[in-house]
Amino acid sequence: MNVHVAKDGSPPALKDWPLWEVFVRSKQGLEHKHCGSLHASDAAHALHLARDIYTRRQEGVSIWVVPSKAITASNPDDKPALFDPAADKIYRHPTFYDIPDAVGHM
Amino acid sequence: MHIDYLLHLGDNALILGQRNAQWCGYGPALEEDLALANNSLDLLGQARLLYQHVAQLKNDGKTSEDLLAYWRDVPDFRNYTMLELPHCLALHPGAVAERDFAVTIGRNFLYSALMVLVWQALATSRDAQLAAIAAKSLKEASYHLEHARDWVVRLGDGTDASHMRMQAALAHLMPYTQEFFSASPMETAAAQAGVGADTSLLKTQWDGLVDDTVRAATLQRPASAGFVSTGKLGVHSEHLGYVLAEMQCLARAHPQAVW
Repeated sequence: MNVHVAKDGSPPALKDWPLWEVFVRSKQGLEHKHCGSLHASDAAHALHLARDIYTRRQEGVSIWVVPSKAITASNPDDKPALFDPAADKIYRHPTFYDIPDAVGHM
Repeated sequence: MHIDYLLHLGDNALILGQRNAQWCGYGPALEEDLALANNSLDLLGQARLLYQHVAQLKNDGKTSEDLLAYWRDVPDFRNYTMLELPHCLALHPGAVAERDFAVTIGRNFLYSALMVLVWQALATSRDAQLAAIAAKSLKEASYHLEHARDWVVRLGDGTDASHMRMQAALAHLMPYTQEFFSASPMETAAAQAGVGADTSLLKTQWDGLVDDTVRAATLQRPASAGFVSTGKLGVHSEHLGYVLAEMQCLARAHPQAVW
């Protein structure tokens, strides 16, 4: 009766299903924000699962899913070269300008 | 009074919710585990609303949602027999089998395809409270249908093994769907009072939903002939007793316990 039932405890889904990054737009938010990742067999499946995992507590009104492999990420080893040079250039922050009162709140 | 009809709807939700919760911790993937737990929580929520409504209508000072869920026995339950079956193909009584995802999905599909139509019909019930519960439950059932339908198609139109298992699950479950449409006094009375839904009027639409999905899944629709199960009349399979034993034991071991 149970010849079809997989006996090994390992979940093959985790090996076979690709990884997806999930972005959710909250009710107030204008932009979709990255909130996590999940395994799913294709895009439609990933949307379903994202709904079940990331919007269970009314977090969102819209979901995007993106294949994780489509994301090109910066290399953590490049961090000093990429980001440290910005550390001592405080003049790039627009805090040295006098704003006329007439402009009001910016 | 349509108490038995409300219990029928509530018991359907409670028993299937309890069954689907048995996947908690065992889902084929963490993501799917959560999806089934969500489904169970939706169903449990529907059962609670219906039981609370029954308690309100009875207004006898002792009926409560807990009493209805935990202190009734097998013959008092009015759920469809299909919903109390274990997550596996037919077995001899007492046999132990592992969970078969195709059976779980097949059942969720056949039941939620019906309930989408039933909740739609009940949204105009003369019982305003029931109509409100129906409007809320319709959204949940629509998602349950989408989730289950998606899997029926994936499994049916998947590998040879998944196709075979999905087909076997449908063949096992389909005869039990006759009970969806068989006449019963409590349903007839509720429908005539403008309170309940007449499922015989929904059968054509249900057949359409099933046929479309079975076709998309490259499966064959099995015949639904033979014995007509009678769970909604209180005459159940041997499986419901085991479900209730597990579900009710804590409440019965500690009567009147509070959080």
